Amino acid sequence: MHSTASENAAGNATAPASGTAAGTDADRIPLSATADNGLKIVIVGGFGVGKTTMVRSVSEIRPLNTEETMTRAGVGVDDPTGVEGKSTTTVAFDFGRISINDSAVLYLFGAPGQERFWFLWDRLFSGTLGAVVLVDTRRLDDSWYAIDRLEAHGMPFIVAHNDFGGEPHTLEQIRDALDLSPEVPLISCDARERESSKAVLIALVDHLYALSTQAAGSTQEPVSFQEPVSAQETAESAP
Amino acid sequence: MKRLGPDDDPDRLYTVTGGRSRSADDRTLDLVTLIVSECDPTPGMQSEHARILTMCRRPLAVVEVAAELRMPVSVVRILLSDLLDRGQVTARHPRTPATAQLPAADLLKEVLDALHRL
Repeated sequence: MHSTASENAAGNATAPASGTAAGTDADRIPLSATADNGLKIVIVGGFGVGKTTMVRSVSEIRPLNTEETMTRAGVGVDDPTGVEGKSTTTVAFDFGRISINDSAVLYLFGAPGQERFWFLWDRLFSGTLGAVVLVDTRRLDDSWYAIDRLEAHGMPFIVAHNDFGGEPHTLEQIRDALDLSPEVPLISCDARERESSKAVLIALVDHLYALSTQAAGSTQEPVSFQEPVSAQETAESAP
Repeated sequence: MKRLGPDDDPDRLYTVTGGRSRSADDRTLDLVTLIVSECDPTPGMQSEHARILTMCRRPLAVVEVAAELRMPVSVVRILLSDLLDRGQVTARHPRTPATAQLPAADLLKEVLDALHRL
């Protein structure tokens, strides 16, 4: 099964370890001994859109990097290497974590949105609370597929525009360009900023909370969460 | 990605798992299932198993074990199921529904509170 090098593995077999490589024991912050409930949030986006940057901004550990392999037999993915026969495809992803309390710990995964990734979604990301689609207005096309797949998987998500300070786009323009339904929250952010990345995660969990209380048919008052920085409002009022 | 170094070629991964590609526990070990050691490594133990026992003295998610060992998650799941079979580690499984179902509102509220505190 793992007998043929994947595209990624082959391309990096000789690459030196980089900053996102596995940490050493010394820089590993241990979890609470009572931690027993792992949670997942996935940040999906194209190459270079800032997924790892966002994970790093909020994670309590330096982002780690790992991969999952998949046998390619019977799976309709592109084969850029042209290798014959049985082979594996590799999807690499970064992750970080945030301890919630003595019991729950939230893992944040930065994952590529390309086609082959979605074959691994159920295997890796079933049980995910929700997703952030991180978009770059220079490459909005990359996001359409991810949004389509998340909808197909019934996975709640929000869209965050990582503002690289290029040509200004209003969120309305982005919403139109992505053909995003009005229920899906859309906010602007700067993935390098901790507060801004926090606001993105809060917007996602707020959205999940609203969906959850709706789904429960709850008559209870919607809880109002004070957001120190409301990315949505500031961004929506921008020219 | 730089998982596969000179010492970690695919043949080695094959050897590490004894040639198995999946185990009975394969499906039950989520990326964020937390693994906890129940004993110390013993002399003569397979080195990967020994490393897992050392790193999981405090709970550690399957995905963190994979990153530390620099091995694909699927390989690590097999190594972990060996240890589970022998009672050398225990697994704390996520309590969120695995299907496209929203988690409980009170859990989401806890997450929100924690994010605000961040």
